[in-house]
Parts: sequence; structure tokens; C-alpha cells
Amino acid sequence: MTHDDHDHDHDHDHDHPHGGDGHTHPPQKDHDAGPMSAYEVLEEAIRSLLVDKGVLTADEVAAQIDLMDSRTPALGATVVAKAWTDAAFKAKLMADTRGALLDMGIDIGTLAEFRTIENTPDVHNVVVCTLCSCYPKLLLGIPPAWYKSLAYRSRVVVDPRAVLAEFGVAVSEGVEVRVHDSTADLRYLVLPMRPPGTEGWSPDKLASLVTRDAMIGTAIPDPGLRAAAE
Amino acid sequence: MSGEAVTAQRFRPGQTVHVIERPALGHCRTPWYLRGKTGVVAAVQGAYRDPERLAYHKPGLPSQVLYKVRFLQSELWPDYPGPTSDHLEADIYEGWLESAS
Repeated sequence: MTHDDHDHDHDHDHDHPHGGDGHTHPPQKDHDAGPMSAYEVLEEAIRSLLVDKGVLTADEVAAQIDLMDSRTPALGATVVAKAWTDAAFKAKLMADTRGALLDMGIDIGTLAEFRTIENTPDVHNVVVCTLCSCYPKLLLGIPPAWYKSLAYRSRVVVDPRAVLAEFGVAVSEGVEVRVHDSTADLRYLVLPMRPPGTEGWSPDKLASLVTRDAMIGTAIPDPGLRAAAE
Repeated sequence: MSGEAVTAQRFRPGQTVHVIERPALGHCRTPWYLRGKTGVVAAVQGAYRDPERLAYHKPGLPSQVLYKVRFLQSELWPDYPGPTSDHLEADIYEGWLESAS
């Protein structure tokens, strides 16, 4: 294949025609394509200054990036699956989320406290930060782009049921919808209900049902979806 | 935060509180749409350094007791389309609350 007609720059260890309809790239531009944005310039300038002045080392910056990369919805899913299968752990998670996570080897740091909020047959919880994008990052990693969008942040507090319906979550009239606006020092993890029909499942198999959105409250774990994927 | 100055805890769970309606210049964690609204203290969340001062490199002391306040959606939005049992909860610092009873 030729590279003459490329307007982007990424690793080409895959072999396929470009410019046709068989290959679509995500809308994100490649990291090193084109001029840097003002924010990228600012970030690089501040980072370089902090390193040059000895406030931080490059190793510390890399270690922090590695730490954030290790925090993912899959990690959160293991916490939920453990809560579903270990009553003592669940009790601790509800009473002392920081301590329960530490028992699993997950340190959430000192920047924010965590609370776990449990979905029940009577209450469906959904989390937002209307002021910015507060999110339990030290467990779930970087929030999805929509979580930071003005549309989600404004609409989910005004008409949560309509927003949940757009996510495919229908909450019946008899179930309270409880929105949590996490604008202060606390970050919220939604503990979804364990779906019926999962009796006897291993924690690993249960964890595979727990999506990022289920821990925000904008999805319900669905064994049917898992079966369809297999 | 042990040993640091903390505001007195003026409210307890179950108490009806009013979010003070006042403007704030600069960094503030009390959403506009909750100002002037009435809710019930659902939990006391501990005490945290004041973000309105921390944002400007001040110590943020005394720390502010933080309350989880539960609002009826129908109190927040007169045209709320869902059931009257729906709620919204937010964490509000001591200095933004006054007793409503």
C-alpha cells in the first residue's frame, strides 16, 4: 500500500485500503497530527516548567498516567461483582467505601471521598456533576465524553426519566428516580441490582455484566445482552 | 483533617433546611438551581476545607460541615414531569444552609 494519499499519521501495521468506505477512523485526531491546540501547548508548557524546576519528575508524571490507566470500568465491575457475592464486603462497601476498596488493593487517594449508592427495587440512582465532571476516577478511570456534556449535565437533573429512557433504561412510575449531583467532595459509585437469573455465577462472569454506565446509573446489567454477544 | 478548625454542625439528618439564595463571585460548589430551595438533610458527610477559599490558594479553614440534602424534584421544577416521589440529592456546605423550620 502507498502512503502518498494519507492525511493522518498513525502506525500502519494493518493493511487495508484507505479513502474507501471499508475503514472509518474515530473522530478523534491522532495525537501528533496537525498543530497543537492551545490547551495542548499550555499543558506541555506547564509540565515542562514543573519538571525543569524540580517540582515534579518525568517519572512521577509517567507513574500518575500509568495509575490513571489502571483505573477502568472493568476494575469497578470487580467491586460490584464482589458486593453481589460477598455480603460482608457489601456491608463494608456501603458503610466505608474507601476502606472496602482498600481491602481489594484499590487506593482512591486523598482528593475526594467515595460513597456507594445502592439501587433497590424502590430506588434507581443516577449520578451527575452539574458544575463540571466530578466522577469516581480513581476507580472507574476517565469519565465518558457524554458525562461532561452540557446536554447530560443539564437535562438529567431536570428530566432524568427522559434521559434514562434515551439510554434505554425504563424506570417504572412506582420506582423513585434519585439524581445525585456530585458537586462537592464526594464521588458516587452506583451499585446496580444483581440481575435475576444469575444465581450461581462466578464473580468473573458477574463482573462481565457490569458496564461503566451501570455504575453511573444510566444502564442496567443485562444477562440477555451478554448472551447475545456470545 | 483532625485537629483542624471545623464549623459547628448546626443541622442533623431529618431537619428541613433552606439553601441560601445569594450570588457568589468566583469558584463555588453550590449549584444555582438549588439556591433558594428547601430540602431535608439526608446525611452528614463529614467536614471539608472550604472550596471557595481553596480555589484561591487559601487554607480553606475552618473546614465546613458538608450535608447531603434531599430535594423533591417537584420543589426544584414546578413542571417536573415525573412522579412526585422522585428526588435529587446534592452535597451542600454548612455556610450555604439555614434552618427552614
